[in-house]
Amino acid sequence: MPDQLLYAMEVTLNGLMAGVLYALVALGFVLIFKASGIFNYAQGVLALFAALTLVGIQEGQVPFAHLINAITGGHLTHFGWQVPAVIAIVLTAGVMVLLAIVIEKLVLKHLVSQAPIILFMATIGLAYFLEGFGDVMWGSDIKTLDVGLPQGINDTIETTTANWFGYGFFIDNLDIVATVVAVLLVTALTLFSQFSKQGRALRAVADDHQAALSVGISLRFIWVLVWSIAGFVALVAGIMWGSKSGVQFSLSLIALKALPVLMLGGFTSIPGAIVGGLIIGVGEKLFEFSIGPMIGGATENWFAYVLALVFLVFRPQGLFGERIIERV
Amino acid sequence: MKDMNEGYLTADGRQIGGVVMELKDITLRFGGLTAIEKISFDIRDGEIRAIIGPNGAGKSSMLNVISGFYVPSDGEVWFKGVRRGPMKPYEIARLGIARTFQNIALFDGMSVLDNIMTGRLTHMKKGLIAQAGWWFTGAAREEYENREKVERIIDFLEIQNIRKTPVGRLPYGLKKRVELARALAAEPKILLLDEPMAGMNVEEKEDMCRFVLDLNDEFGTTIVLIEHDMGVVMDLSDRVVVMDYGKKIGDGAPDEVRNNQAVVDAYLGVAHD
Repeated sequence: MPDQLLYAMEVTLNGLMAGVLYALVALGFVLIFKASGIFNYAQGVLALFAALTLVGIQEGQVPFAHLINAITGGHLTHFGWQVPAVIAIVLTAGVMVLLAIVIEKLVLKHLVSQAPIILFMATIGLAYFLEGFGDVMWGSDIKTLDVGLPQGINDTIETTTANWFGYGFFIDNLDIVATVVAVLLVTALTLFSQFSKQGRALRAVADDHQAALSVGISLRFIWVLVWSIAGFVALVAGIMWGSKSGVQFSLSLIALKALPVLMLGGFTSIPGAIVGGLIIGVGEKLFEFSIGPMIGGATENWFAYVLALVFLVFRPQGLFGERIIERV
Repeated sequence: MKDMNEGYLTADGRQIGGVVMELKDITLRFGGLTAIEKISFDIRDGEIRAIIGPNGAGKSSMLNVISGFYVPSDGEVWFKGVRRGPMKPYEIARLGIARTFQNIALFDGMSVLDNIMTGRLTHMKKGLIAQAGWWFTGAAREEYENREKVERIIDFLEIQNIRKTPVGRLPYGLKKRVELARALAAEPKILLLDEPMAGMNVEEKEDMCRFVLDLNDEFGTTIVLIEHDMGVVMDLSDRVVVMDYGKKIGDGAPDEVRNNQAVVDAYLGVAHD
């Protein structure tokens, strides 16, 4: 097989893996948008906050240490214990549920039946608040997240492909794990939304608030549920991205990568988020590989947005989005 | 009217029971506007109770008070002999009061079956974790049982052939029927219908009338309905409340109401000289 083709295959595989990570972030957006019509600007920060909390709990950090020290004049930083990764993840999931309840109580409850743009503004406020709150709670230094996920090049794949093609593929173990986790997560979410009664209630609320109330659905419960799930998805995304590139402020910017994914896949479709993520991941890697060298590289920064723009022109609702039908 | 405490026998020989819901001096104000002024009436077990009146009389507001979408500024709502405190609409729905809306409120993205299944939500008790167990925890059985009830309602309302169609694609008349099915799926103590026949053609109206009568007959459902079509109201209802400008101007059997001068004036208009 010619070398170029092999490279392209490797690039495609890597693109798919990167796409899964984009999709994980986009998934959080889709969930909230589907259930409440809110474009949740804070989703990226939610992932950052989840990752920060996870590291904090794992390392036994004292929350609000700076604040406490400033008031008491002490030098508290750590409790001095290490929490096992699994327990830390469960605890962090608990914190995300708590956060969902607080968000519903303090923000959403007061904005019932407001225009979407107002809710959107509220999530912008929420994003900046959470960002600061995360800093105050866990400190602003860059942290490394290690929950014991395998990292580095997968040797088995490298040797196998080397035997087959005479060229070993470089695939990161972490990306493989991320793919498996994403598949599990999407399967679970789809089953939940299609077959459970809460899932049915959730779809009902997404469609019509009044009708949902009339069949006995509590809107507040559904919102807490949705934000909890979005928080959980953010936690998963935070773990994957945090393990890959450390936990720091820039983690919240992955939200920007999710935007073109959403435009491509449609804001209301869970499979859309996945397929959109994969297309963007593969597209951007292949474009960089094939066209990049001709125009000086660094195409990964903008390619996704251009692709999304093209899609907006031809299919504004995205690949899997619900068709916008206005009856006249 | 016959003996009020014991219920009464209708013209077609159905036994109507005691009071299920009683509204006492209900007043509803929106700022300076009084939508409902000191209205009292009762709803009896098994009867078809109509609320009629010209546009803007406050009929829909009354229905919204009963179903909890509006909280009355004054007055008391008694349900099954207990005074109802301020409650959220979803809590009232869980008490067994189902409703349809004047402007159809369905879940457009979901299939007809799924829409009607949402009506069963209040009857499904298994938690999230139990549902994850599916066959092992009995969640599957619960789903099947509820599905069976829904299928019976689908048969009853003759909408078998659109079971899997997304509701958004249905024509108006069928949407109304699906909405009725969803309300019915909750097996409500009281079923509130806000203009169930508005905007329908004659054939659809006849169908809907038949369904309303049949479901009252078969399931013994107490029905409160708002309707403009006087012919329909006179045919369907056992007792009628007449409203005009937020006040009650008549209450009684259809024949009594029809001959009531105030009602005739409200409907036909009075010459002002």
